[in-house]
Amino acid sequence: MYAQALDQPEGHRECASADGAALEARFLSRVASEQKVEPKDWMPERYRRTLIRQISQHAHSEIVGMLPEGNWITRAPSLKRKAILMAKVQDEGGHGAYLYAAAETLGAAREDLIEQLLSGAAKYSSIFNYPTPTWADVGAIGWLVDGAAIMNQIPLCRCSYGPYARAMVRICKEESFHQRQGFEIMLTLARGTPEQRRMAQEALNRWWWPSLMMFGPGDADSKHTADSVRWKIKRFTNDELRQKFVDFTVPQAQFLGLKVPDPELRLDEASGHYRFGAIDWAEFNEVLRGNGPCNRERLAARREAHESGRWVREAAAAYAEKQRARTSAAAA
Amino acid sequence: MSDPRSPLWEVFVRPRSGLEHKHAGSVHATDARMALEHARDLYTRRGEGVSLWVVRSSDIVASDPAEADELFEPARDKIYRHPTFYEIPEEVKTL
Ligand SMILES: [Fe+2]
Ligand SMILES: [Fe+2]
Repeated sequence: MYAQALDQPEGHRECASADGAALEARFLSRVASEQKVEPKDWMPERYRRTLIRQISQHAHSEIVGMLPEGNWITRAPSLKRKAILMAKVQDEGGHGAYLYAAAETLGAAREDLIEQLLSGAAKYSSIFNYPTPTWADVGAIGWLVDGAAIMNQIPLCRCSYGPYARAMVRICKEESFHQRQGFEIMLTLARGTPEQRRMAQEALNRWWWPSLMMFGPGDADSKHTADSVRWKIKRFTNDELRQKFVDFTVPQAQFLGLKVPDPELRLDEASGHYRFGAIDWAEFNEVLRGNGPCNRERLAARREAHESGRWVREAAAAYAEKQRARTSAAAA
Repeated sequence: MSDPRSPLWEVFVRPRSGLEHKHAGSVHATDARMALEHARDLYTRRGEGVSLWVVRSSDIVASDPAEADELFEPARDKIYRHPTFYEIPEEVKTL
């Protein structure tokens, strides 16, 4: 996951000099002809800041995203499911690490980015502020949340910034397992007892709308898509990706024999697209503002993990320093 | 309280014997052994490699992209270095 379109617009600054304008013009023409931008290449300051913000929010989302599922590792219904879930959650941690590394190539320090997450200054995907009360939620997350993430992430593999694009290629290769294991959990429950089918349906009811919100505000309200499109960071609009997700997912729900919780959902025969009801953007904005069901719990868990690991980081640094001192003393 | 900043290492993975090491990404680690272990956990979770190199990022000397034109200019006009430069009659085979 999870580059949700939640970054805020920034004031545009004009290029200070004619020199800057020439560099920017050259940059834009290179990007327009699909040449990749690499870390040491000249780039507009706004491009750099937009990317640092987007990549770090994406990284934070991967890291916070470990929590709702991590909640079920000790309670997975079998050893097989437990091993799979651990591998998936570990992948998400890995995705966070790839992305922090990509952000660092732009001059950001990982420690600063993590500090922004822990202080609450940085945003992460709204979806991870919802609870996982049953095992079926783990299935729904893999199927829907990772599914929506894949929709978002595949176009990012062609993003103009090389290190981000390469991180996304790696991530996309791993996401497919996440989605399939989630669907398989849902399938097992859907073919199980009436009680298990009910669990699966309730999990779908909980995750359907938040999953649609993952694509960010509708195009009419999406403020700063223009720059991202021109810079080839974004290739499809939020609404286009959301529609694609709905079109892919509804038949899967039908296969499971589950009902998508949207009374207005219908197939538009002419266009071949599913038309769906209005999204509750007030809820989305509340969650982004920090008032979702689990925002406080998620940040508290991250802070606690960070504090609990502090002695390890300090000990490792002290050990490395001691080794270094020994080596240089021996060489002297 | 701020954290100690750990150095950055570039990771190179050899996918299987017979192939060269290829840049995979980077990791933070306080020493070389930790860098290798983190590289293993991060870049070879699905058997992507049989060998790893880690190099302190600060030890890498890189060419300057702004000077790429001058740097690579000498190769530009030497088209005779390519086999397609030479015209060989069609009747001549396996050349
Ligand atoms: Fe992920
Ligand atoms: Fe995932």
